Amino acid sequence: MPDYNFAYLDEQTKRMIRRAILKGVAIPGYQVPFASREMPMPYGWGTGGVQVSAACLVPEDRLKVIDQGADDTTNAVSIRKFFEKTAGIDTTEHTGEATVIQTRHRIPEEPLTDDQILVYQVPIPEPLRFLEPRETETRKMHALEEYGLMHVKLYEDIARHGHIATSYAYPVKVEGRYVMDPSPIPKFDNPKLESAAIQLFGAGREQRIYAIPPYTRVVSLDFEDHPFVATKADHACDLCGAEHSYLDEVIIDDAGGRMFVCSDTDFCASRQAQGHRGRLSPGEDAA
Amino acid sequence: MTPLLSVRNIRKSYGARIGCADVSFDLYPGEVMGIVGESGSGKSTLLNALAGHLEPDCGEVLFDTRAEGLRDTLTMSEPERRMLSRTDWAFVHQNPRDGLRMGVSAGGNVGERLMAVGARHYGDIRESATDWLGRVEIAADRIDDRPRAFSGGMQQRLQIARNLVTGPRLVFMDEPTGGLDVSVQARLLDLLRGLVREMGLSAIIVTHDLAVVRLLADRLMVMKSGRVVESGLTDQVLDDPQHAYTQLLVSSVLQV
Repeated sequence: MPDYNFAYLDEQTKRMIRRAILKGVAIPGYQVPFASREMPMPYGWGTGGVQVSAACLVPEDRLKVIDQGADDTTNAVSIRKFFEKTAGIDTTEHTGEATVIQTRHRIPEEPLTDDQILVYQVPIPEPLRFLEPRETETRKMHALEEYGLMHVKLYEDIARHGHIATSYAYPVKVEGRYVMDPSPIPKFDNPKLESAAIQLFGAGREQRIYAIPPYTRVVSLDFEDHPFVATKADHACDLCGAEHSYLDEVIIDDAGGRMFVCSDTDFCASRQAQGHRGRLSPGEDAA
Repeated sequence: MTPLLSVRNIRKSYGARIGCADVSFDLYPGEVMGIVGESGSGKSTLLNALAGHLEPDCGEVLFDTRAEGLRDTLTMSEPERRMLSRTDWAFVHQNPRDGLRMGVSAGGNVGERLMAVGARHYGDIRESATDWLGRVEIAADRIDDRPRAFSGGMQQRLQIARNLVTGPRLVFMDEPTGGLDVSVQARLLDLLRGLVREMGLSAIIVTHDLAVVRLLADRLMVMKSGRVVESGLTDQVLDDPQHAYTQLLVSSVLQV
């Protein structure tokens, strides 16, 4: 451990990132440029999130890392190990025990509290990017609050599919001002963006940091006659029986068999520990 | 009567070269003004300067805004100018690719301006898009097709629908019939003439095609080397040209 400065980044870099975070918190939803560093992992693996986490961590912190809801997949395991090694901090898989949570593509099912920090990994921070490729133009559109184009995307969805088919990275308006990409979380998680925890978003390759302060108003964009609906698979979890959690569909054989399980592994495991059972849970005596 | 648009001494140079110079005119509500001249005579420079796409070196462009009467659009703040250009103004490009979003369906293209000024009801947006496609003679079942799938003439009509949907009062057109074959041109002109009369639009049309201005324009300005050499009523200028260059222009038209 002594070979690394605490949490890998040098102090000047952390200071620069903290300044960007403070600015982001002061202007909710506004994308603050920052001088993203090369990290010992490829772009797309969470270089932005890792830098934001590194700037937030203190030695007393307890870190949880989520990858698509799970604690035990490659991305989550390697980032957790990275900070264990470079910061020597404690880590956990339990949402309630963590003080800093770095996440990719999910918000934990368990409601967050006001002493937690949620850090998102963001691939493309600009919600208008696929409609307007010019950065100069999208910046101007943000500055002048010209967000009609975002609705053109939703219009196209309805025209083509009969309903708003955008199911992840669903655009939101923060505190009535900036339209923001909530990173590729499922739109099921959008209502949870209004949270007690502070939420920080880091995009390493695109060099942007933005934030949602606690208890900030976050509205998902929609049409009056096609209101926003937070959707999930219409099933209960096959392992813990939860009916209101976001589910992954898992194919279990080559004869069309499938099961639905909570994408949040910590949520599912703690429910099973409390004795909840689902359709495919092993029986009490079978094991 | 106050003019809708009042232009005073507009000048735009590209370094030592003159783009256009000392152009002044008034445009009254419901009037269509044609600007003709050969390539490189400064027509497009003038139009872009008026529409706010280029910043002129000096001069004033006074527009009769709904709220505050005559205001100089060049000294307006950028949000105000951009608001104007998606409500009271419209700009029809020569190439429909410049004015349309090619990756977005026809309905989305027409609806964009509505959504940009705050329409948030899908059914209503869809209805006005269908209505406008009908008005520019595009079949209603093409509403979900992308402009790529349209012919050149249809793309141009779609661009016109997209621009007129918010009921602008002033339309800038840069060679709206360029690149279209003559029969399609004739139908487009017919359509434009109908819309302009019906909606009481004012328009500024830049073209090098004298037939277009003969059909559409009430008044005419002839430009050469960046300056206006002759102006007056369209029929008057075309039938009795005074300036040598206008005479040359009129006599150069091929007769079939």
